[in-house]
Amino acid sequence: MARLSARDLTLQYEQRRVIEGLRTEIPEGKVTMIVGANGCGKSTLLRGLSRLLRPAAGAVTLDGKDIHSRPAKELARTLGLLPQQPTAPDGITVRDLVGRGRYPHQGFFRNWSHGDSSPHDLAVRNALDATATTELADRNVDELSGGQRQRVWIAMALAQETEVLLLDEPTTYLDLAHQVEVLDLVTDLNRRRGTTVAIVLHDLNLAARYADHVIAMKDGAVVAEGTGIDVITEELVRTVFGLESRVVPDPVSGTPLIVPIGRHHYPAPQATETTKPALEIAS
Amino acid sequence: MSRTVERAIVEPERTVGALKTAEKGPQLYVRAERAAKGLNRTWLLAAAVVVLFVASILLGSYTVTVPDFVTIVTAHLTGGEKIPGASFIVMETKLPRATMGLMIGVAFGLSGALFQTMLRNPLASPDVIGISNGASASAVLAIVVFGASGAAVSVAALFGALTVALLIYLISRGGSLRGAGGRNGNAAGNRLVLAGIGIAAALGALVSFLMTRADIRTAAEALIWLNGSLNPATWERIGVLLLALAVLLPFTAALAKPLRLLELGDDTAAGLGVRVGAVRLGLVLTAVALAAVATAAAGPVSFVAFLAGPIARRVTGKPSLPASALTGAVIVLAADYFAYNLAPLLLDATVLPVGVVTGALGAPFLLWLLATSNRKDA
Repeated sequence: MARLSARDLTLQYEQRRVIEGLRTEIPEGKVTMIVGANGCGKSTLLRGLSRLLRPAAGAVTLDGKDIHSRPAKELARTLGLLPQQPTAPDGITVRDLVGRGRYPHQGFFRNWSHGDSSPHDLAVRNALDATATTELADRNVDELSGGQRQRVWIAMALAQETEVLLLDEPTTYLDLAHQVEVLDLVTDLNRRRGTTVAIVLHDLNLAARYADHVIAMKDGAVVAEGTGIDVITEELVRTVFGLESRVVPDPVSGTPLIVPIGRHHYPAPQATETTKPALEIAS
Repeated sequence: MSRTVERAIVEPERTVGALKTAEKGPQLYVRAERAAKGLNRTWLLAAAVVVLFVASILLGSYTVTVPDFVTIVTAHLTGGEKIPGASFIVMETKLPRATMGLMIGVAFGLSGALFQTMLRNPLASPDVIGISNGASASAVLAIVVFGASGAAVSVAALFGALTVALLIYLISRGGSLRGAGGRNGNAAGNRLVLAGIGIAAALGALVSFLMTRADIRTAAEALIWLNGSLNPATWERIGVLLLALAVLLPFTAALAKPLRLLELGDDTAAGLGVRVGAVRLGLVLTAVALAAVATAAAGPVSFVAFLAGPIARRVTGKPSLPASALTGAVIVLAADYFAYNLAPLLLDATVLPVGVVTGALGAPFLLWLLATSNRKDA
């Protein structure tokens, strides 16, 4: 059974209804990518799943229990979130920022034990280690490059040590190399710790590459979900994005690779023929 | 196989990254040192508070020696023999004055830092967003219209500050509900500041109106209160203030940690298990209460709340509540020492209310902050 699921979920801002009666599940121990066009409600769904937005109807459940019925801190020990553009206060060091991820594990009174054996220090060190930010630990966050900064934020989410981690467009404003680096990092986390990961991602090709499970959305509803190969087809790209494309096997991973067509270029004839059989070989 | 290919592409990148950071070795060392300095500088501020506190008791227009001071205090506590004159001046004027200065400095400093940090806006201090004006308008109303004096004025000030805070909170909250939940915490903060500045202007007009209607003696009395002064320092008031701080300081300490997470943005804080709405409300109430009790005791000593946080940050290198509290105390004690002891020498024996000095300090500092803050953000 999936741990995080949405049951007849309706989400709205004031009177503007974005999602109505949505049902979906984030499969346990897998990397799920939520994709869709701008304004399809994918970020809103993530806000709903991560308790930032209280449902107007229906519920989001974690292990069968409504997430809004749980104490906030207790929930934060299981369900982590990295919002789209978190703000770092001026002058904060990397170590301090990552350490704040430990908040849900700390008691009301400040934990003064700062020995190497303290579980908090260990979690922070592991998080710095896993994101290759140990050397940056004493630097100010505002001095870092975009890629380094995103790694630091992910380190903070890692220090939270949750079983489920939700990320809202973690690769925005990063160049391609850093996008790949961030997604590799998240995949490492999933493979090593078994963390259930759900990511809202703009880039379909990267989503297809890194997803164990894809949820495709349009107009606030789920139009397809399943493995990347099952879900990401030329037809789906047409329905969801209104874009003509060729879907070919990714030469590196065998996952679907979307090649957009646009108005100025026309597909070479052989592309259409190879699409289907190649995908079957890959699966 | 694909994985090996990816690694091969990524690994050389990492090595280059490692080399780059290795070059910055000495710089790292400096940074670690700087972090340690933050704590040392907080102790420096604490030392400055002690020095100023002692100086304002022992030095000034009436000097007391240390042995005399010890004799006076022990005599006062044990009921022993008093030193004529000196005992009265120390126990009824100098010591209460310094103690109250210390306490209102701490209260104003904390209140300002709480607001500024929570709203991520250096302008969002209680004296800018109308809370002090609420206290002033209410107090002047009490003095001019109802002929109130002493404790009644303090109660009126407290009531005024809380009413205005509630009003500002309701106005800004009404707007923030319309937004995308906690997504635009900054927008909500800006709305609160704007609402506060509007209300401050309206209340300023009310105060001016009341002053023109009052007879000259009442107006003079109201004016002294409006400037903010440590003249009304009595042990009775100090007791009330101490009681208020004994309640509010633990609240501040409890809220300090979730406040540090709110700095990361409302969404991140919520994701880390902070109940954003409840914490925000708690912070507003605590910060307003701190400003209100200090204002009730000494009047709206202008700009202390506004200055303490930013100065503390420049001194220690990062935002810090204890450092802000200490800085508030330093500002009030130093300004009062100047106003009470030095200004009379310069201005034909005129003793200035402490608020005049802090106000005179505040205006250039505001300009300096505006001139340098944008450059820093860019």
